[in-house]
Amino acid sequence: MSRNKKPNQPGTAGVLGRLIRMLFQFYPVMMPVVVVCIIFNAVVSSLPSIFMQNVIAAVEVSWQSGDWAAVSGQITELVLLLAVFYILSLIACFTFNQMMAIITQGSLAKLREKMFNGMQDLPIRYFDTHNHGDVMSYYTNDIDTLRQMVSQSFPQLLLSTVMVLTVFGIMVYYSLWLTLVVMLGVVLMTLVVRKVGGGSAKYFIRQQQALARTEGYIEEMMNGQKVIKVFCHEEASKEGFDAINDALFSDAEKANRYANMLMPILMNIGNVLYVVVALVSGVLLISGAPNVSISGMAFSISIAVPFLNMTKQFASNIGQVSNQLNAVIMGLAGTRRIFALIDEQAEEDEGYVTLVNVKETADGSLEECEQVTNMWAWKQPGENGGFTYTRLTGDVRLKDVDFGYVPEKTVLHDVSLYAKPGQKVAFVGSTGAGKTTITNLINRFYDIQSGTILYDGIDIRNIRKADLRRSLGVVLQDTNLFTGTVMDNIRYGRLDACDEECIAAAQLAGAHDFITRLPQGYDTPLSGNGASLSQGQRQLLAIARAAVADPPVMILDEATSSIDTRTEAIVQRGMDALMTGRTVFVIAHRLSTVKNSDAIMVLDHGRIIERGSHDELLALKGTYYQLYTGALELD
Amino acid sequence: MLKVLAKSIREYKKPSLLAPVLVSGEVVMECIIPFLIANLVNQIKAGCSMDVILKYGLILVVMAALSLTFGALAGSACATASCGFARNLRKDMFYKIQDYSFENIDKFSVSSLVTRLTTDVTNVQNAYMMLVRTAIRCPLMLIFAFCMAFYMGGRLAFIFLLVIPILVFGLVMVISRAMPLFRKVFKKYDALNNSVQENIKGMRVVKSYVREDYEKKKFSVAAEDVQADFTKAERILAFNAPLMLFCIYTVMVFVMSYGSYTVITSRGLDLDVGQMSAMITYSFQILMSLMMLSMVFVMITMATESAQRIVEVLSEESSLHNPEHPIMEVRDGSIDFDNVSFKYSKTASRMSLSNVNLHIRSGEVIGVIGGTGSSKSTLIQLISRLYDATEGTVKVGGVDVRAYDLEVLRNQVAVVLQKNVLFSGTIKENLRWGNPDATDAEMEEACRLAQADEFIRQFPAGYDTYIEQGGSNVSGGQKQRLCIARALLKKPKILILDDSTSAVDTRTDALIRQAFRQFIPETTKLIIAQRIASVQDADRIIVMDGGAVSAIGTHEELLHSSEIYREVYTSQNKAGDDDVQE
Repeated sequence: MSRNKKPNQPGTAGVLGRLIRMLFQFYPVMMPVVVVCIIFNAVVSSLPSIFMQNVIAAVEVSWQSGDWAAVSGQITELVLLLAVFYILSLIACFTFNQMMAIITQGSLAKLREKMFNGMQDLPIRYFDTHNHGDVMSYYTNDIDTLRQMVSQSFPQLLLSTVMVLTVFGIMVYYSLWLTLVVMLGVVLMTLVVRKVGGGSAKYFIRQQQALARTEGYIEEMMNGQKVIKVFCHEEASKEGFDAINDALFSDAEKANRYANMLMPILMNIGNVLYVVVALVSGVLLISGAPNVSISGMAFSISIAVPFLNMTKQFASNIGQVSNQLNAVIMGLAGTRRIFALIDEQAEEDEGYVTLVNVKETADGSLEECEQVTNMWAWKQPGENGGFTYTRLTGDVRLKDVDFGYVPEKTVLHDVSLYAKPGQKVAFVGSTGAGKTTITNLINRFYDIQSGTILYDGIDIRNIRKADLRRSLGVVLQDTNLFTGTVMDNIRYGRLDACDEECIAAAQLAGAHDFITRLPQGYDTPLSGNGASLSQGQRQLLAIARAAVADPPVMILDEATSSIDTRTEAIVQRGMDALMTGRTVFVIAHRLSTVKNSDAIMVLDHGRIIERGSHDELLALKGTYYQLYTGALELD
Repeated sequence: MLKVLAKSIREYKKPSLLAPVLVSGEVVMECIIPFLIANLVNQIKAGCSMDVILKYGLILVVMAALSLTFGALAGSACATASCGFARNLRKDMFYKIQDYSFENIDKFSVSSLVTRLTTDVTNVQNAYMMLVRTAIRCPLMLIFAFCMAFYMGGRLAFIFLLVIPILVFGLVMVISRAMPLFRKVFKKYDALNNSVQENIKGMRVVKSYVREDYEKKKFSVAAEDVQADFTKAERILAFNAPLMLFCIYTVMVFVMSYGSYTVITSRGLDLDVGQMSAMITYSFQILMSLMMLSMVFVMITMATESAQRIVEVLSEESSLHNPEHPIMEVRDGSIDFDNVSFKYSKTASRMSLSNVNLHIRSGEVIGVIGGTGSSKSTLIQLISRLYDATEGTVKVGGVDVRAYDLEVLRNQVAVVLQKNVLFSGTIKENLRWGNPDATDAEMEEACRLAQADEFIRQFPAGYDTYIEQGGSNVSGGQKQRLCIARALLKKPKILILDDSTSAVDTRTDALIRQAFRQFIPETTKLIIAQRIASVQDADRIIVMDGGAVSAIGTHEELLHSSEIYREVYTSQNKAGDDDVQE
């Protein structure tokens, strides 16, 4: 649980305070009611001692005479009063338990949603720099520890604290001497909790870390299971696992041993305390030493008996508190991480230019309209409150662009290029040359450090990110499909597309053939990122998804790398037809993919070193020529 | 199911049995202590001497010490037993998975295996701990407290006959209603978390299509659904506490009223004040035990789902077996397919490979070409017996592959898989997968053949460079070449490259093939590729189409005879620029 410790993180009290404030915000009515009910309940649970004292006192008076009638009125009254309290306590107990069930699940759902919604607005940088498994564990492990803490630990802690205080009050009311004896026991218990409980907390955190390591190892091995088989490496992999598994066992055993031992120790300190209290009461009774108490009552058996019960209650409540210790420690660690995710800075967007559908009026000017017209325009607020419309043509220009993912390391140097409407522009270069980086900049997954990027003459920083991205279709090398049917996945490109449009897009992308051969065709459910499909088939679906979105500008980043060249040719024909008159950026390893582009940029170490058409570049006999003839390594 | 699980207890049988025994000791103490205290209270009341009180006190302290010792030892034994059981479960599962065949591996997704080995084992571990601790404790406590209550309270104890059925009935109602709900909601919860995972992985797609709001809405619907079900289940479970309290209160009121009545009317003969307070203690114990039992029941029921998933892994039988008298030597690198057909699952209607007949001589270089989904990979996976042919026989060195010892066969038939992975560790450690005893010179030799030596030397740490998990710190082409080198270290008689140079540039690709020709001429080489250039100089090229061999021959022959081959060739060599082809 000690991942990503950042400097100046808030203290434990800060996290706890914020969580409690949040619970009150979520449930401004229920939370106070719960608190009141718990306190009431705790106080009432401590009351029987008083009633018992009174009842026993009454019994004391007359048991030797056997005269029931003499005390029946008094006892009946006491018992009835007690019953009334009990009924109230039952109502309170029922109310707060029901409410806590609602509050816990409701707060978790709200937190989950807060996390998820916040996460949607985070910049891509966050996902590029954080391990996905770590992010995932916010939703699973951390939320689970929080559930335990909110639903069980919090009420228990409040209940026990109030009970300890009430019981303490009653004790002082009856006898100061005995209270002092109990206090001594409490000090001892606190020491034990600190020692043993502290040990258990330490090992629980270690166990959590060991578990994460084990999970990591298992995941790596399971992912490479087929390679393990091919190399007959099973024995070595078992050995590696044993070492990690044994370490986990050792931490888990210690953590649980400490935790398991805590209760018997506390309980028996409670027992000894019980005995000591009995002894001291005996001494007090026999010696007839003067009692010191708030009530001023003389010491008697009717004080001693309920006092013994209170001692038991006291001890068991301390036990209860300490039992929640691990849950609270782990819960707060989880809460801290959840807050860290919620507090993560959202992607900023200061753009004001929006994308709208337009139609051309008779005089050639543009008019905004609701329906889909296949014609888009950038809507810019003008000086006098009106709007100006710039037709979207897909003219993209980069001027003197410098960029680095971290400020210290520039990966793009002084890149200038232009893609005229209707052109197909290709990027070629080795891994790390900056091809994908350029596309990351055009759709503003990252912002450039210097220079400008103009889209139809508008600085892309002024365009609202959502509209900018809507105007760009992107197909990436690593395809991500979502759980749902094939049809759902294609429709992801445009949510209001009808079945026919999706099928048409699939045909265009060359995916129709294989889809119809699937067991349920377009209704075949996909899960686990389309695990049942081959990498090439997944790419075809991703292209179909982009095709149904029908964007004015398309970016294909190694989009056909796993598709065989024959199918690729079909896909390319389809895409060329779709993108006639629109701008396309292509990144590909395979030179046959980029050959027919209008302009090819050869990138090397973040600089454009050659540009031109395929024929021009060959004639140049430079890097591209060498790549093409296989004289140069592309890696 | 229990039988399968119980097999994993092994060396932890002792603590597993010891814990309940120790717990019994603790329970006995816990029950006797209130009894003695009741006596003590009576003695005090009767005005006994200090000696008597001290004597009782001493006995009680000794008993508390015993109880503490028993309790602490039981807790410790129980921790060992449950954690040890969990350790063995993880170990057994992991070992079992190592023995899985490809077919078995295909059945489970990686993420589901990870969950089974972690979360599910933890659930079972916790349930086991509860079981060991409370299986004896609660019933024993119940019986003991019952006897004591009857012994001390006499008629008063009959109140339990009234209260306990109410409690048991209530608990059963609560559990029987909540459990199915929980089971249902946990499935939904899993699905919810799955969709979060997809969202995180696909964030680029989400943002590219500006689907943030759509995703939020989708999540919100699912999250609220989960919340509603969870709340319903938890609210049912929340009846437990008031129910318990109700029973305690009933007993208390009863003891105080009827108890006082009995004490007074019998003049302390049937019941005295000390017994009265002991009654209350016992009633707590009885009711708490019942409550605990119901908790244990809930936990165990919840864990059964996890246990079921664990057992699935443990009882999955490997579909590939070593023959009884395996052949330990592969004679040469010849490969024969005789009427081979194959499908991935018994229920599949379509054959992935149908009626393949192939005869490859030892030392031949064979290219394999075909479209996406033409079963090229399937074909070669039968050779090293990653899967068994459904019909027909596959022979290596003239012998049915099923007759070989698996390890011998796989060491002689090296496959570089399409979806290949490197493991976290140094380059050397990764290379040694091919041969644990490889010398540095051998490793460098293999890397030179795979054209990897040059770039490895450029790393600051050279061959000791640490490879991150999944090989994320080397490029795709470098990874592929390291994988080839790793396979070469086996010095196999047959080498199969399944699209293993797709990220390697054409020149390096050619150099690798040239090195193969020059340095390992006697090894049979099968090369699956997308690029015609990667296979056109092979001795023969197999053209696959829809799970069948469509054509076979040399590059020149196929250009004339195979339409598919010609199309692939043209798609890669369009527009009359043959002058720049190598």
